[in-house]
Amino acid sequence: MAHIALPEDMPGISSAFAFRPETAKPMRELAHVLLHEHNSLTPGERELIATYVSSQNDCYFCQTSHGAAAACHLGGDEVVRLVKADYESAPVSPKLKALLAIAGKVQCDGKLVTAEDVERARREGASDVEIHDTVLIAAAFCMYNRYVDGLDTWQPRENGMYAQMGQHLAEHGYLKSSR
Amino acid sequence: MPHIPLPESQPGIRGAMSFRPETARPLNDLVEVLLRAPNSLSPGERELIATYVSYLNDCHYCQSIHGAVAAAHLDGDEELVRRVKTDFQYASISEKMKALLVIASKVQCGGKHVTTEDVVHARNLGATDVEIHDTVLIAAAFCMYNRYVDGLATVQPRDEAMYRERGKMVARDGYVNVSKTYLPAEPEKR
Repeated sequence: MAHIALPEDMPGISSAFAFRPETAKPMRELAHVLLHEHNSLTPGERELIATYVSSQNDCYFCQTSHGAAAACHLGGDEVVRLVKADYESAPVSPKLKALLAIAGKVQCDGKLVTAEDVERARREGASDVEIHDTVLIAAAFCMYNRYVDGLDTWQPRENGMYAQMGQHLAEHGYLKSSR
Repeated sequence: MPHIPLPESQPGIRGAMSFRPETARPLNDLVEVLLRAPNSLSPGERELIATYVSYLNDCHYCQSIHGAVAAAHLDGDEELVRRVKTDFQYASISEKMKALLVIASKVQCGGKHVTTEDVVHARNLGATDVEIHDTVLIAAAFCMYNRYVDGLATVQPRDEAMYRERGKMVARDGYVNVSKTYLPAEPEKR
């Protein structure tokens, strides 16, 4: 049972958003700009960063729903699984590997990101906006993950639900509830 | 030097926000609702939670500016802000605030650290569901803001007077209003 009286039939962050629409609005808008709006990183790549950080934070709801969104963008969940397990050997671009290394540092602490990490990303072709967005996606998921787990929201173990949610997120983005 | 070219005249999060106004807007809207909108927790209390979490995350810019905003809301009591950071159990704040700071510190480590006992304790001291919710989200949000500010290696001046003045301005005018001084004008909504 959640720590506070959240709507019972809604999983994960949806229940917290329904409980407090005033904070849900900017949180939805932030996710929409970071993950869905036009960007030189594809939505699939950005969802992989979100999924990886959520998996490092051990947040079941976020890694499963964003993993499903990534799989929907990328046409399969194999690459999602491989990125979570060991992104350096996963079938993703060298640029995305360098960005995932930065995201992994941010997940622990922003101060761990070194000039060398940023240099590596730049050498692999990352732009300043891509580096900025990687840092902010990783930072933002340190918020979303803590929010979802810190309220002890309901996080069902039910793959069908996440696949559906992932498809909705991939197609429509984050501004409106998927339910 | 910042990891990416941020405007030199803007320290801390302002440099990052000027670089990317599209994400700056929801970031400012969120902090405005969490720390300033009408709430049964006072703005000073909410700024103390933000300051404490930023202190635990060792983010110089955020703990300094939010500490200054907190002090501005609390009659300039900088000693109280210092006490909350280093030893809140002995600070002159309410027992309810102490229970909420315990929850905030758990969230800072990881959301799953918050226990039913922590929440029951806060509730027994008078905390409402919205106050518990907002404490969790303020703590979570500052785990984002702190990582954003440090992860880009933004400029973080060691200049207490600067933070004190800025803190008074933010306490008076609010985050969204102040952001208009460094973000491009918002496109007109029709």
